[in-house]
This record gives sequence, C-alpha cells and structure tokens, in this order.
Amino acid sequence: MSVIVVLILFSIMVAGGFLVAFIWAVKSGQYDDKYTPSVRMLFDDKEKTILNEKTNKTNS
Amino acid sequence: MTLTKQVSQEINLTCYHCGELSPSDTIHLDEKIFCCDGCKIVYEILNEKNLCAYYDLNESPGKNQKNLLLKDKYAYLDDEELTRKLLDFSDGKVSTITFFIPQMHCSSCIWLLENLFKIDINILQSRVNFIERKLSVSFRSNKISLRKVVEILTSIGYEPQISFEDVEKKSKNFVNKSLYYKVGLAGFGFGNIMLLSFPEYLSIDVSSESLRTTFSYVIFLISLPLFFYCGSEYFISAYKGLRKKFVNIDVPLSLGILAFFVKSSYEIFAHGSPGYMDSLAGLLFFLLLGKIFQNKTYEVLNFERNYKSFFPISVTVKKSGEEKTIPLSHLKIGERIVVKNGELIPADAILFNGDGNIDYSFVTGESSPVSKVIGEMIYAGGRQIGSSIELEVMKEVSQSYLTQLWNNFQAKGKVEFSFTGIANSLSKYFTFAILLSASAAFFYWIRTDVDIAITSFITVLIIACPCALAMSTPFTLGNTLRIFGKNDFYVKNIRVLEDLARIDTIVWDKTGTITKAGETEIEFDGDVLSSEGKTMVKSLVRNSNHPLSKKIFASIEGSSILKVEKFLEIIGKGIEGDIAGQKIKIGSETFFDLQKTKEVEDTIYEAIPAPVNSEVYLSIDGVVKGKYKIQNKYREETDLVINKTKSNYDSFLLSGDNETEKSFLVKLFGSENKVFFRQSPLDKLNFIKKLQSGKKKVLMIGDGLNDAGALSQSNVGISISEDILNFTPASDAILNAKMLKNLPTFLNFTTISLNIIYGSFGISILYNLFGLYFAVQGLLSPLLSAVLMPISSISVVVFTTLTTTFFAKRKGLL
Repeated sequence: MSVIVVLILFSIMVAGGFLVAFIWAVKSGQYDDKYTPSVRMLFDDKEKTILNEKTNKTNS
Repeated sequence: MTLTKQVSQEINLTCYHCGELSPSDTIHLDEKIFCCDGCKIVYEILNEKNLCAYYDLNESPGKNQKNLLLKDKYAYLDDEELTRKLLDFSDGKVSTITFFIPQMHCSSCIWLLENLFKIDINILQSRVNFIERKLSVSFRSNKISLRKVVEILTSIGYEPQISFEDVEKKSKNFVNKSLYYKVGLAGFGFGNIMLLSFPEYLSIDVSSESLRTTFSYVIFLISLPLFFYCGSEYFISAYKGLRKKFVNIDVPLSLGILAFFVKSSYEIFAHGSPGYMDSLAGLLFFLLLGKIFQNKTYEVLNFERNYKSFFPISVTVKKSGEEKTIPLSHLKIGERIVVKNGELIPADAILFNGDGNIDYSFVTGESSPVSKVIGEMIYAGGRQIGSSIELEVMKEVSQSYLTQLWNNFQAKGKVEFSFTGIANSLSKYFTFAILLSASAAFFYWIRTDVDIAITSFITVLIIACPCALAMSTPFTLGNTLRIFGKNDFYVKNIRVLEDLARIDTIVWDKTGTITKAGETEIEFDGDVLSSEGKTMVKSLVRNSNHPLSKKIFASIEGSSILKVEKFLEIIGKGIEGDIAGQKIKIGSETFFDLQKTKEVEDTIYEAIPAPVNSEVYLSIDGVVKGKYKIQNKYREETDLVINKTKSNYDSFLLSGDNETEKSFLVKLFGSENKVFFRQSPLDKLNFIKKLQSGKKKVLMIGDGLNDAGALSQSNVGISISEDILNFTPASDAILNAKMLKNLPTFLNFTTISLNIIYGSFGISILYNLFGLYFAVQGLLSPLLSAVLMPISSISVVVFTTLTTTFFAKRKGLL
C-alpha cells in the first residue's frame, strides 16, 4: 500500500523535474529563435570537403 | 561589330559574389568574375581569412557592393556617450552589441556572420537570430572600437542599420515569457491531476480510505499554484474590467474557475474525493494555449516604426569652417549642417550652399528627386542625391513639419486589448444568463434541500464557464492571421482582424499605393532608336546606380551588353561613356548645358513644357536623340481591386499630387466627389476624422510618411510596401505590394472568420446547455465534467481550425 504512495511521489518528482527543465529552457531563451539553430547545426568546420562539392551540384 | 561574340561571352558574366550581370570581364581574380570592385574586395577579404565556404553553401550569396562605404560614415561611433547607449553590455574589456542587419537572407549569411572571429581576433563571438535579422557581437572593446566592428561588417557586405531610435530607447523588445511558464505549469498540473484521479474515474474500489485521501491532498497541493499563478491572469483582467464597469469575457471565466476551485477544495477536505480539480487544470491549460496561439507576432516586422527608426543618429555640423559629427539629439536651431550624397535631412532647414536634389520617396512615395535652390526650405525626411549640401537648421528635429504631425497622432490611445472583441461584447449577457440560471437552480432547491441548492448553484457556475467561447476567437483569428501571413499580409494582432471585418469605407492614397513606387512607365520621345542604339543605352546605364538609370535599364529589352569605356558619372547630372568608338551621354538638361548642346535640344523640344525631374536626355556622338519620359505606373491590378471593393465599400482617393490624372481617377472611383487632390498630410488626417464623425469605419491604405497621420487615425491602417523589411509608417498591417490584388479576398475572408466564430459559439452553447441540464438538478458528477470540459474545448479548436483552413483553400489563400 505505502509503496504506491512512494511511487506517486516519485513520479511527481520526475514530472516536476521536466517542468523545471521546461521553465529553464524558456528562461534561457531557447524558444526565442526557433530557426537559426536548425541551420547552424548543418555547418561544417572543415574548409573544403566532399560535402561542399555536393551542395554545389544540388544548387546548380 | 562584335556583337555576337559579346553575347556568347555574356552567359558566364555573372558576379561570383552577388550573382548580378557584370558589365565586363575586366574585374576578376582567381578565375572568378566580379561585377564591381566592391564585390571583389569582399571576396578578397573572405579569401584571405579562409572563409570561402561562404560561397560553397549557396551560389552567389552576396549583396551587390556597388555603393562603396563613405570613408567617415561611422566617425560618429567614436563618440563615447553614443556608444554607451548603443551597447547592450560592457565591462570595459568586453562589450556586447546587437545589430539589425536586414541584408541577411540565406544560410551563407548566418555562417559568415557567425565566423566574424576569424576576420578579427578581437571579436569574441557573434550570434545570429535569423528570424529577427539580428546579430549580437561580443568584442574586446579595449582592443577594437565599435566603429571598427561596424566597418568590418560593412566591408563584408553586411552593413548594420543603426538608427536614432536605437539610441533613444534600448531594450524595447521585452518578451513576456510568463505565458509560457503558465502553460508549462498548467500542462504539468493537468497531466498529474488526471493521473491521480484515475481511480476515481474508473470507480476502482480503493481498498483503503486513507490512500484516497492522500491522493486528494496531493491533487490539492498541485492545484494551488495552478489556481493562484495560472488563474491570476483571468482574475486580474476581470477585476480591471469590472472597475471600469465593463464585463469582459474574463468575468464569467473567473467565476467558473473560482467555482471549480471552491467546490473541489470542499470535496477534498470534506469527503476526501478529488472533486473537479482535473477539469480545472484542463480548462486553464486549454485557455492559456489559446492565448499563446493568438499572440503570433512577426518579430522581424515593426508596426510601431516612426521617424526615429529612420533618422540617422548623427549629423555633420559645420562650425567656423570645421566639420564635426554630433549626435542628432544635440542639434540646435541655427546650426549649419552638411548633408552628403545619400544622407537624410533630419530637420526642416534652409538650403545654404550647393545644389539640392531631394528624393522624398519615403515621405511621399514619389521617387523622382525634386531640385531645390539656395534659400529654399527643405523639409525633414528628404534624401539628398548628388553633391553635398549645406543647410541651416530652422526647426528642432522633433518640431519639424512631418515629425510633429507624427508626434501628435502617436498619442492616440490604445484600446486595452481585453475590452474589445466579439467574445467580450457577448460576455455581459452571458454572465447575466449564468448568474440567473444558477440562482434559479439555487432557489428551486432551497425549499427542499440546502445541500443540493448550494451544489447546484456552484455546478451551474462550473458548467456554464464559457471556456469554449473564450477559445473560439483566438483559434479562429490566430489561424486567419497565419493564413494572411503566408500571403504576405502581415496583421499586427487579432483585434485588427475583427476591426477589418467591420469596415465600410476605404480611403486610398495615390502615389506609391495604387501607383507603383519602384516601377515607372518609360517612354522614349525623339528619334527612333535602332536596336543597336538601344543596346548601347542599356550597356551604359547598367554602370550607374542612379534610380533613373536602373529604370531605363529595365525598360530596354534584350540581354546583350556592350563594353563601355571611359565611363564617367557626374552625380546629379548624368553619365557618359564610349561604346564602340561612339560617345554616349545620358542625363538631365543641365548635364547637356555644360556641353553646349542646349541649342540643339531647344530646337527639337521647344514646344514641350516639361517638369524637369523625370526626363532624361540622350545624345550619341554629340547629337541629341531625344529623351526618356518617366512616369509613375499604376499597379496592374489596381482598377480591378478598386472596382471590386467599391461596390461593397465607400471608396475615396486622397492624392498629394496635382490633378493631371484626374479624369482617369474619377472614372475609376465613379464620382468627382470621391477623388481629392493636393492633399497635405493634415488634410488626409482630417478627412478620415470627418468620415469617422459620420459613424464610418474607415480603412486607410497608404505607404509613405505623409500618410502616417491618416493611417493611425483610421480604424484600420494598412501600409503597402514593396519590401516588407523596408521602412513602413506605423500601421495596423503591412501588405506586400504584390499582394494588393488579393485585398478583396482578404477583406472577404475576415468576414468569413467572424462567421466561423459565431458558428463555434453555437457549438459551445450546445455543450453548455447539455451540461446545465445535469447541473441544475445537482447531478453533475466530476467524471462527466472531466469528460465534457476537454471535449468541448477540443471540438471548438478543431472546428475553427478546420473551417478556416477549408475556406482559405477555397479562396485560394492556401
């Protein structure tokens, strides 16, 4: 019986953790710009790679 | 002629940097061709810093660099006081600043701007916000000046826009995030409370009474922040409304929320059952979700723009022969200012020295420059084209003719959002009906059973809570807002949509609104030019950046380009060059005066009285061939749009111009009493006021600063713009000029949206009646409430979203 109380409290704690994470994400500005990061992650640090040639082809 | 050879070569003559056609292949580097030195310089900088991946991400990602940086343009950034106001943050060593860079348009731009640190090691980090076209840069301010940072950006083709407004008020864009917190919290509460209520839903025989009580207490704890934090939004708004003797939609909502909470708390503590807390959490969650949905904003657009966001932040003042740059706010009457080519005149002033050639395009929408002579008054807002001029300031910046007009009508009180709208106008009756039926139930039962009386009173309040009603408006109009946005019609908020559906009068501005600001009709008057001659003209004008040159370039068909030698541009006068051994000259009358060709010209054009500004003469080998006449062109769809709208709406035209086109416009608008000429900005404003005093709901469509007063006075002001990122006066909506033809559809669609809202009111009332049937008998079980509440909300959301999308598709908007 008491195990279910522990379980409930634990599950609420987990959910609360996600709530805190959500609030933190909003606060730190992760929802301010939803477009740029999606482009940013595709950039390659290497100068000339095969990928560049590939994009050239698809562009032209 | 080697014309065919030139043509075949021309195919590959696109600039490696900006993708424009290059006049010749003389400017090249590393087997790459550039259209001008500016583009080549950018390439050189990027090549040197190993940043050429810029060109691999997209083809020709740059912007044309023909307008080279004026050397001391950013000298004012050395001013410390000014710099301090511009910076977001500075600790003496490291500073952070946010620039607005409208030029960024592709992933290459993002990549390059985020790699600024490779160009100068003193730039620590740069971050792009592409949606808002913003770049925030942190740099070592003790090693590199702000001016240098701006100059680096300018040198690679991303000149930031720094305006007077940036200095005046910083950090205007404070985004209210509390709504997101509230939704997060409500979602958390909704999920958890529902989970804890499950045994109750399924009527599981809970073996131990204490377990049931524990669950209830946990539910109560979770609902506390929900009630006090998430619900506060509605209580505050309802209180504000009541204090102003206005029953807004939040009043019945607050009543419902309060009833939910009181009743459930009583259940929890008296009987240990969870009550209606799950319904309450769901209600708050859906309501707040609706609020987020209606708050769609276009971050990159600015609907509140005024003259300040367009004025420079500094001016060059001449004192005892010395030129000095001072912040605009320090400018005083009587001072002598120097305005260079392309700069804006910041205050009403008298021309003191030089040839004034003022382009008033952002005031009037009219693009051909007006020439001014010494001693003439020049109003603020004009842009000098040509050589520098000296002016004596007659009025302070804020007291100038146009800015004053602006200030007066910016004060127009903003109606508080929560007090307008269909839902609010109905809520008075709704609240009354709820209270009436709750009291009726209460007095019916009180004779037999006090308990049932109280229960039914509260459950009526609960079930009648008009949450579906409150949700239909945000979801319908929020969706409409999005649909319009996809069609390049950007509306400030959903309130504007409701106003738009109610207008009955349309007032049009002429110049730049129903005529094309960018495009003009060009007619050649004189000898008939051979196709070779035309090609020569085209080749010559492509070297010049003057708006008239660009227009002539666009007007001549064909793609072949000849090589131009000895090209010379005399700013404010004209251009000349040698093509295949022949000397071609194009320019204004005065340009030809210099070369003594006036006589020839006079003999040919004696009879033509001409406004000088929009005529350009052409001579080949010293012989005047004729002139190009440049006139404003009506947008193609204008007559269609006006014909369509004038049957449903009273339509008027206000033009600042003279009456030359009167007959055409009278025919278009159907009556002489509907077309007005020579209207000053104040006339336009008063005209709108007059209409409104006759109980008319007026839609004003305009484009320039001269319409600003009328736009803000009207019930809805739409500003038309060729490029939505460009300057538009403060207005309720911004419409891309290309989409003007859709205006009747937009107007029609707002009416449809309102009908959809009324339809969803019907649905929500059905649910309420169904619930009431049980509630008045005191039979509303928590389970029924928990099922009914989300279903009514979801069905309203689904209904509104689907119907708006369906009608948008039928109207061709999606």
